[in-house]
Amino acid sequence: MNNHLADLPAWAAVLAALLLLAGAVLTLIGTVGLLRFGNFYQRVHAPTLGSTLGIGCILLASILVFSVLESRAILHELLITALMVVTTPITLMLLARAALYRDRSEGSDEVPPPPPG
Amino acid sequence: MMLNLLMGTIFLTQILLAVAMAFATFRVLRGPRAQDRVLGLDTLYVTATMLLLTFGIRTGSMLYFEAALIIALLGFVSTAALAKFLMRGEVIE
Amino acid sequence: MRRMMKRFLPYPLMTATLLAVWLLLNESVAPGTILLGGVLSLAAAATLGVLDLPGGRFRRPRVALSLLGVVLVDILRSNWAVAKIILRPDGGGRVSGFLRIPLDLRAPYGLATLACIVTATPGTVWVAYDRRRNTLLLHILDLVDEQEWIDTIKGRYETRLMELFE
Repeated sequence: MNNHLADLPAWAAVLAALLLLAGAVLTLIGTVGLLRFGNFYQRVHAPTLGSTLGIGCILLASILVFSVLESRAILHELLITALMVVTTPITLMLLARAALYRDRSEGSDEVPPPPPG
Repeated sequence: MMLNLLMGTIFLTQILLAVAMAFATFRVLRGPRAQDRVLGLDTLYVTATMLLLTFGIRTGSMLYFEAALIIALLGFVSTAALAKFLMRGEVIE
Repeated sequence: MRRMMKRFLPYPLMTATLLAVWLLLNESVAPGTILLGGVLSLAAAATLGVLDLPGGRFRRPRVALSLLGVVLVDILRSNWAVAKIILRPDGGGRVSGFLRIPLDLRAPYGLATLACIVTATPGTVWVAYDRRRNTLLLHILDLVDEQEWIDTIKGRYETRLMELFE
């Protein structure tokens, strides 16, 4: 079967396995929150688990595996990390602002009113 | 032995991520409001990126990492555009 | 000459970085790759020039490092806290809500960094910023003690950001 991972030393294999598992479990918990929470503003918090530490763990595992194996450069992981760090907050912020705008324009009383003036 | 452990964990990771994607898809379909759907879609993109990364680790193929990078980029652009649309009703002002 | 420079190459460092990333991604230094990458990164930097970004200063890499450390620790801690909240069977008497925080920070890049930090930390989301009153509207998942959150934002992040950007 697979052979490029066979050259991986035991410590790296165990560490990578732990990181992968931690990342996946965190992401799953995040999506459980996405299902369970009652309103949009609570739900917006849930996926951040996956998009911060979850994907961070998996990227770390990938960096670990391929830098120990020395089979390829880890530039892609670094780029994805940079992209996630910059983009995750922007998307969530935009979404939260859009939701606030929509709720305010509908006169919902769940959100604070705009500051006067 | 260690190889089996790692391969098994990667498989388990992929299953967990697939379940996470199913949950996110449920939120996309269920709503109730447009912003909930967009949030679910964004979660779907992030989880898909992670799934592609695990495939990349398993096969060692460069292709998956290229795909992960592109999905991550597309996810950001589309979510930003959708959020903008929700706010103003148009994407480009 | 200087005006030409400013017109066609407004961000030399950005252009060089983009070109370097392009070459690394393609894993080649063939003339064609360099040419295409060069044209693309020049065009991207020129687009940035059109945007007319606000100027800002950035100093003290040591403060930046300590801020990075603080943020990483907070992301770890709040991941744990939010995971616990999600898995609690009943929701556990948790109150979530909006919180308005008065800020002292005014530098645009400082505010942008604060926005990224606050939103990237699970459990807090930046919702709106009022430029005239310089207040910030957050949504907080576990809003038990308002003062504690205000102290966290102002003490852990804002003071360091003000050292960095003002």
